[in-house]
Amino acid sequence: MQQNNNRKFPPDIIIISIYIILSIIGLISIFSASYQEGINFFSLSFKYIHVKQFIWILTGLLLFVLIIYSNPHLFSNAAEIFYGVILVLLFLVLVIGAVVGGNRAWLDIGNGIRLQPSEFAKYTTALLISKIWSDSDAKRNINKTMRNVLIVIAIPMLLIFLQKDIGTMLIFFAFILALYREGLPSYVIFIGFWFILVFILSFLIKQFILLLILTAITLIFIFIFRKKRKVIIRFVEIYVISIILIVGVNYFYKMLMPHHQERIEVMLGLKDDPKGASWNLRQSMIAIGSGGLTGKGFLQGSQTQMKFVPEQTTDFIFCAIGEEWGFIGALVVLSLYLILLLRILKLAERQRSIFSRVYGYSVASLLFFHIFINLGMTVGLMPVIGIPLPFISYGGSSYWAFTLLLATFVNLDMYHNDVI
Amino acid sequence: MRSYDNRKLFFVYIFIIAFIVLGVRIFYIQIIDPTYKTLAEKNTLRYVYEYPQRGTIYDANGKILAGWRPIYNLAIIPYELEPFDTNYIAQLLDTDTKLLKTKIEKSKKMGGYQPVIVYEDMPDAAVSYFYEHESEFNGIIVEKRYTRNYPLKTGAHFLGYISEASPKKIEEDSYYQMGDYVGVTGLEEFYEKELRGHKGVKVYIADVHNRIVNSYKNGQLDSTMINGKDLYTSIDADLQKYGEELMQNKRGAIVAINPQTGEILALVSAPSYDPNLLTGRERNKNYIMLSNDNKNHTLYNRATMTRYPPGSTFKLVNGLAALQENFIDEHTSFGCHGGYRIGSHTIGCHVHPTPVNIISGIQHSCNTFFCQVFKVFVDNKYFGKSSVGYERWRYYVNILGFGVPLGVDLPNEYSGFVPTSEYYNRLKGTRNWKADGIVSVAIGQGEIGATPLQLANLAAIIANKGWYIPPHIVRAIGHPDSLNPKYKNKIVVPINEKYFNFIVEGMEKAVTSGTATIAQLPEIRVAAKTGTAQDPPRKSHSVFIAFGPVNNPKIAIAVLVENAGWGASYGGPIASLMMERYLTDTIKRIDLENRMKAADFLIK
Repeated sequence: MQQNNNRKFPPDIIIISIYIILSIIGLISIFSASYQEGINFFSLSFKYIHVKQFIWILTGLLLFVLIIYSNPHLFSNAAEIFYGVILVLLFLVLVIGAVVGGNRAWLDIGNGIRLQPSEFAKYTTALLISKIWSDSDAKRNINKTMRNVLIVIAIPMLLIFLQKDIGTMLIFFAFILALYREGLPSYVIFIGFWFILVFILSFLIKQFILLLILTAITLIFIFIFRKKRKVIIRFVEIYVISIILIVGVNYFYKMLMPHHQERIEVMLGLKDDPKGASWNLRQSMIAIGSGGLTGKGFLQGSQTQMKFVPEQTTDFIFCAIGEEWGFIGALVVLSLYLILLLRILKLAERQRSIFSRVYGYSVASLLFFHIFINLGMTVGLMPVIGIPLPFISYGGSSYWAFTLLLATFVNLDMYHNDVI
Repeated sequence: MRSYDNRKLFFVYIFIIAFIVLGVRIFYIQIIDPTYKTLAEKNTLRYVYEYPQRGTIYDANGKILAGWRPIYNLAIIPYELEPFDTNYIAQLLDTDTKLLKTKIEKSKKMGGYQPVIVYEDMPDAAVSYFYEHESEFNGIIVEKRYTRNYPLKTGAHFLGYISEASPKKIEEDSYYQMGDYVGVTGLEEFYEKELRGHKGVKVYIADVHNRIVNSYKNGQLDSTMINGKDLYTSIDADLQKYGEELMQNKRGAIVAINPQTGEILALVSAPSYDPNLLTGRERNKNYIMLSNDNKNHTLYNRATMTRYPPGSTFKLVNGLAALQENFIDEHTSFGCHGGYRIGSHTIGCHVHPTPVNIISGIQHSCNTFFCQVFKVFVDNKYFGKSSVGYERWRYYVNILGFGVPLGVDLPNEYSGFVPTSEYYNRLKGTRNWKADGIVSVAIGQGEIGATPLQLANLAAIIANKGWYIPPHIVRAIGHPDSLNPKYKNKIVVPINEKYFNFIVEGMEKAVTSGTATIAQLPEIRVAAKTGTAQDPPRKSHSVFIAFGPVNNPKIAIAVLVENAGWGASYGGPIASLMMERYLTDTIKRIDLENRMKAADFLIK
């Protein structure tokens, strides 16, 4: 049936180039966002974060090379082990973790270096669900496979939720998107969107009116599809769950952290407190919005240089780019990301093994979620959710995790005619 | 087994659409929407202002009419404000907690680091409390500013008042910012640019902690503070105050002018108010109280902004016009038998010797004589048409300062009203009307409207026998010797001086043995003319103009008391007392003075 021809292809030059370019853009932006009077790019002291990021990039590149010269079977064979190790670390974090910015997400490993296991959890989860989905009898017992996959996704999500790192937890929904390619029913995606819509509307419209509208829509659909019993039953199901969601929203909502509640309210325009919850968003939009077409120039961004945007080297690094390089700079970054994503999709489709393809789609979906949520957050399209911008944001854990994620895919693609 | 290959494109589309959404959004905030650029400046640029002292306004003798006093305002810095005990502070400020809270909330919404005033003119106790407990408050500061102070409590109408610049003003003139003071009416408005001086500003760049990092653009946008210039007026504060006392509880106006210079000695609008009411913490409350006065319209400056029918004082204008055009001379006389007849209607006249000429006509204020004069002028065959004759007559009215603004240094001066022939064409529905149809204007009734300032100016023209300097209040700006350049030139009225002699003679005779005997002063030659301007159905307005001494005129005056009856009953005595006060420094007619002060014509 299937046979390995053991042909090895060269690593994909487009992905590697974009990876390196984005890393350099990140380094320059971090230098600017953390710039202090009197230092320059070659102020080589570890107290400067651009120097630290430079080290992460160098070691990251090393890691990249190491990965692409590994045996591709390593990743599927050791998926459970990787996954298990990270779960242990996620447990450990809850017990002995350091609290940074309200999240207990960090492991102190000495010398002021901290590790964020949740960043790596995305990688190991991607490997494990790819493996489960590609098992030879996966398709035969699709329900069992789906259940296993959901459990594999849910466990790290729960642990990360307990770390109060909602942003990283939400990223795991990217796997649902990835699995759509592999036959996840369309209505799962549709219902997902529908529930998100109902969730948001329940904040904006009075409960009573929303319930009326929902009832009306359902009745109309039932009338239209009155000959199709199955469809009607499904609509009634969605209707009932929606009502539970709306009525329950108040209850669920109160379970959220106050600062998450505020962020959602700010994003929906229900609350405006320029010095409080909406500060980040407001300052971020001022920095980007004042950039204009060509930007204010390197180290010339008044908002960036006067440190108006909180977290401007990490989650809000795009502000430095938007302000100092303007719309043109933003467009370059957007284009690089889009090319990268489309390239990954294209390569994923040429994989002979299901493992590699599922993994490829997972990588694309994870990156897409990160990029869209992060950039959307900085320009006010998304609530303020603290997740990094891949390859650009400052931070060793996230840079390494994204490097592993991408390098592994490049490695798998080098063997795209193999069965892994 | 399905391969779901068709779902490949779903991802491609989703990614592309999402990136287009991001791109459009970024394009919108960076290129289309300009607000973020302004907000970015607000974030980083700090304007540190140095406020100039507003110029002082002096009277003719160096007394301060409008000075200044320091006040302490409570201001918040929106981005630095931290919650504090508003209840206690409101108590300290003696204000309503809810009011203070809403004001603070509103100010906080404006954002930024520029202080916003939330309470003006704090009580002393509150000021010292804040200075002692400075460290306990964040984002609250006490700002020292200067507001007006009026030690003599006089001249409210011509002085005007200052107020915080309105949003509209700020939009119109970029000099002004929230919380800046600006002159609103009177001299404060007219000389705003001179009085205010120029704010000094230093622009700095500040970081997110509001720490000043650097001077912005090396101080290119900085400017130094220049204090406002003082105004030296010609107002005689004693006379002004005396006029206000005489006019208390009345509606009307007094304007007194030095005919030789055009300088205004007193400008009273009644009812008046203490200008200190419109300063400090009670300003808004008092303003609302004064502006809600719909019966007597206290805030209105009647002296320059209201038109009244001038009544018989206008006969002087009518007479001068006819003399200059040679339609009459000093010998022209008309008989008067109880009035001037137009068809079945009669304009009545009181009992006096008859016939009368121009001099005795003025002396006895004969309606018949001046109606005849007007008819002779306007209906004269020389013009062919009465409307042409009327236009010629109107020319003299205009050159004597009616129907045109005189150019006084006060805002919104009213031009009065002198109808054109076109106006009558429309009113009568024909071009063929005759003098009799509009004859009431000959004696200052009907459509004619003049301001008290114009009447005083007429007295000045007659006193000078044919010239005037436009009436003005401010003699010098900045330094007592730097004369106001606007008011240096005489305006000569093209009417022969000898005709003025007849008018003056008539006015003098009115004082010695005519309608205006009330204006007699011992050993001073006074010329005067009464006016009784009908205001049906109410009592007539009492109008009076006068000047003196005739041989060397020092004061020309017009008085108008609304709905007080005959010209000689209130206007005359008040004008005469003003002249007595100004020319002799003492009042001998105490009874008359008391009677005038006691009279009450306010609408209740």
